[in-house]
Amino acid sequence: MSTLALWRDKLSYQPLSLALIAMLTSAALAIGNLATHDDILKAEERDLQASLAQVLPDAYADNDLLKDTLKIADAEGKPRTIYRARKAGVVNGAVFQTVSRGYAGDIVVLIGVDATGRMLGARVIKHIETPGLGDKIEIAKAKWIRDFEGKSLGDPPPEKWAVKKDGGVFDQFAGATITPRAVVKAVKGGLEFFAAHREEILKGD
Amino acid sequence: MADYRSIMKDGLWNQNVVFTQMLGLCPTMAVTTSGTNGLGMGLATTAVLVASNTIIASIRDFVSPQVRIPVYISLIATMVTLVDMSLNAWFHDLYKVLGLFIALIVANCAVLGRAEAFAARQPVPAAVVDGLAMGLGFTLALTVIGLVRELVGAGTLFAQASLLLGPKFAFMEITVLPNYGGVLMMILPPAGFLVLGLLLAAKNVYERRKAASASASPPAIAAAGCH
Repeated sequence: MSTLALWRDKLSYQPLSLALIAMLTSAALAIGNLATHDDILKAEERDLQASLAQVLPDAYADNDLLKDTLKIADAEGKPRTIYRARKAGVVNGAVFQTVSRGYAGDIVVLIGVDATGRMLGARVIKHIETPGLGDKIEIAKAKWIRDFEGKSLGDPPPEKWAVKKDGGVFDQFAGATITPRAVVKAVKGGLEFFAAHREEILKGD
Repeated sequence: MADYRSIMKDGLWNQNVVFTQMLGLCPTMAVTTSGTNGLGMGLATTAVLVASNTIIASIRDFVSPQVRIPVYISLIATMVTLVDMSLNAWFHDLYKVLGLFIALIVANCAVLGRAEAFAARQPVPAAVVDGLAMGLGFTLALTVIGLVRELVGAGTLFAQASLLLGPKFAFMEITVLPNYGGVLMMILPPAGFLVLGLLLAAKNVYERRKAASASASPPAIAAAGCH
């Protein structure tokens, strides 16, 4: 122990011990990353599958949506991943993400549409809106998000695709208008995107 | 022979991380919007505190005083990252509830504080007990603050506890005030400071009364803290 105490005060002991710790911790992180990487990917895939199942009724697909994807650039040039639902090989629905800016940050909505462009379901999968006010867009907190089911670009007509305060058909929440307005905008934007690329998505190859 | 009983008492009450040392206030304010969140953050921090105290106490003779801080920080950050990755990979459902808290543990200077103030100069068993005691004290403080904010803010106690602890703990979820409109302010950050201040005042009043009745001097309150 006394030799250790002597060494410990030497100048060269400081960088060397620090380097050793840095090497050991980096090695631990690298091993940890190797050990968990595949399982994390699998877990995230399961999460995605669960959200896909929520916006797309079982009857619409008999294929593995995660393996049947298509990338199409949207109006801003950003690529979007589209998961295609097939029944006996024919594409009869699609699921994709659509984003718009809410009160505090981006709200990411996953929507499912059938081949005619009718909404099958929508779920907010990521948002940082105010808890207690804006978070009623989550299915866990309120049923509001289900109002979109069965709607399409023509029903209600385009000018009615808004919250009631703006003359539309969708409810806003007491104390929070910006959040539901953003979700309506995101869903409408998603439907417009689908309408613009409908043939490409339905082509099925 | 270390006095484990007084270590436990210090961690839970006399030197409570939040109420006395005023450390780790960043995660305290951020997650105490409900009793369940406070409990989850407290338990996750306890696990990290026990592990970091153990490792740091066992290498205390090899770490020179000059480079101890970077050594502790890299060890703690590595450990938290490993916990984060393993939970994400193997306990993914739990991770979805706790994931938010794990990254915040690195920002909790109570972990570094205990490494520096206790584990660096004590044998391993005492350091383990200290980590456990400080962690449980932190858990207690966060859960109480969370419960007060949740009760006034939403009228419930331990809402969604079964998501964190498993379905067997669904009995903990109590709706105290049904059809309660809620007080939004209690869930927003300002109420975190408000409730902490009130609880701190209550603790000090209690200590003073106790000290007065025992006619001893009131306990000194440590004022130092990082955030």
